[in-house]
Amino acid sequence: MKHMETREDAVVLHEKDNVATALADLESGKNVNIDIGGKTVTVTLSAKIPFGHKFSLVHIENGAPVIKYGEAIGNASEEINAGDYVHVHNVASMRGSTGREGGAE
Amino acid sequence: MSFLGYARADGSVGVRNYVAVISTVACANDVAFWIAQQIKGTAPFLHQGGCCQLMPDIELVTKSLSSIGRNPNVAAVLLVSLGCEGTDIERLENEISATGRPVKKVAIQKAGATVALNEGLLMAQELVSAASQIKLQEFDDSNLVIGVKCGGSDTTSGLASNPAVGAACDIVVDKGGTCIFGETTEFLGAEHILTKRAVNKEVADKILKIVDDMEKRARLSGGDMRGGNPTAGNIAGGLTSIEEKSLGAIVKSGTKPIQDVYNYGDKVKGKGLYIVDSPGREPEFLSALAAAGAQICLFSTGLGVPQGFPYMPVIKVTGNANTFERLPDHIDVLVGMTAGKGSGLKETGEKVFQEVLKVASGKQTKAEILNYGNFPGLYTLGPIV
Repeated sequence: MKHMETREDAVVLHEKDNVATALADLESGKNVNIDIGGKTVTVTLSAKIPFGHKFSLVHIENGAPVIKYGEAIGNASEEINAGDYVHVHNVASMRGSTGREGGAE
Repeated sequence: MSFLGYARADGSVGVRNYVAVISTVACANDVAFWIAQQIKGTAPFLHQGGCCQLMPDIELVTKSLSSIGRNPNVAAVLLVSLGCEGTDIERLENEISATGRPVKKVAIQKAGATVALNEGLLMAQELVSAASQIKLQEFDDSNLVIGVKCGGSDTTSGLASNPAVGAACDIVVDKGGTCIFGETTEFLGAEHILTKRAVNKEVADKILKIVDDMEKRARLSGGDMRGGNPTAGNIAGGLTSIEEKSLGAIVKSGTKPIQDVYNYGDKVKGKGLYIVDSPGREPEFLSALAAAGAQICLFSTGLGVPQGFPYMPVIKVTGNANTFERLPDHIDVLVGMTAGKGSGLKETGEKVFQEVLKVASGKQTKAEILNYGNFPGLYTLGPIV
């Protein structure tokens, strides 16, 4: 494992996570290689992912937890496929609504 | 490892050696500020409380000022009073002087602000002269009391600076020192992680209670914290839910067991990691850390913020290289992206910890050199009446 600070496209914070965080603006259709605990996983992006935003590593069923930091950050509010953009449009907080729809798309 | 500090009669160790000029009520701020502007070696504590507040808030002001006057970085205290305030001046004098710190007092209503200023200048001069004779000594790292905070957060906060500050926090605790965190608002959605780290059920229950109370207070004021959190800016930056924001925020507290939960304005006693129930806003929260007894605050930021505190050095840590370059007058340390990478995180934590030791031994932070942070505040529960 290298520690070249921002060379990677995305980071996965915990081995249990089903989403990754983009470390750069990533184009739709891009194949992203992500290091997860020493194993490289490749995901093809179905949408543009801005820096700091998330995309799915795997298929997530509607209602299933979206996991980051090894913990649920909300539940999928629709079916999410690997490589999909994950944000307020397809994740519902379990601790009350964000009070907003949409967000950066 | 060790650092250079000042031994206090109550057993605490200061990393700075100030005469604190404490205003006991909003109306006395100006005189306190004048004195502190003039006399080298002093630092003011100004705030908007102490009068026309409900009794629980008056009590909170007295308790907080007493704790702030007993911060390890304070050698002596000059109280600047109006005369008719609700703050219990006698209790302040008694509690602060019981720790061996000289305490003097001026009151504006006795003969006016100009006379209080003249008397105060002379008193401050005497106190500084005595304090300046306290010699620096070497102390073991177990004497460190470090507060942690995040503010002006962006995506890099959760990915870089919060993990770095958390790793430094773990080092301080491993060395036998004390770390303090708070900002109860940002526990919402991450309570279950914090309660798992509580040393026992009693402490876990206290954590749940302070979050519940904070939510209730927000609702009593007609608001719902969850409605406005994450903010529009947070969402634009990629944060999806309050859970995600809170999980990223609590990373700055490291991974050590939580020993206990204190109320706002309380002085923390003991070694290890502690929570102080507090709001997240800088002026009130930095005062809570100073009251708790923190010598230094480690402040994680993404967008960059200027705040310091009059006599508690605040070290700004960012993971955003643009912020570091754009704000050289405010940011002390740049750390790399280490989230999710074990060994890199340890090295980054060590880098931050080394900065703590340097600052403890006298290295001036950016906020100290700028003299930024002269207008902190005290938390209030109820209305101003």
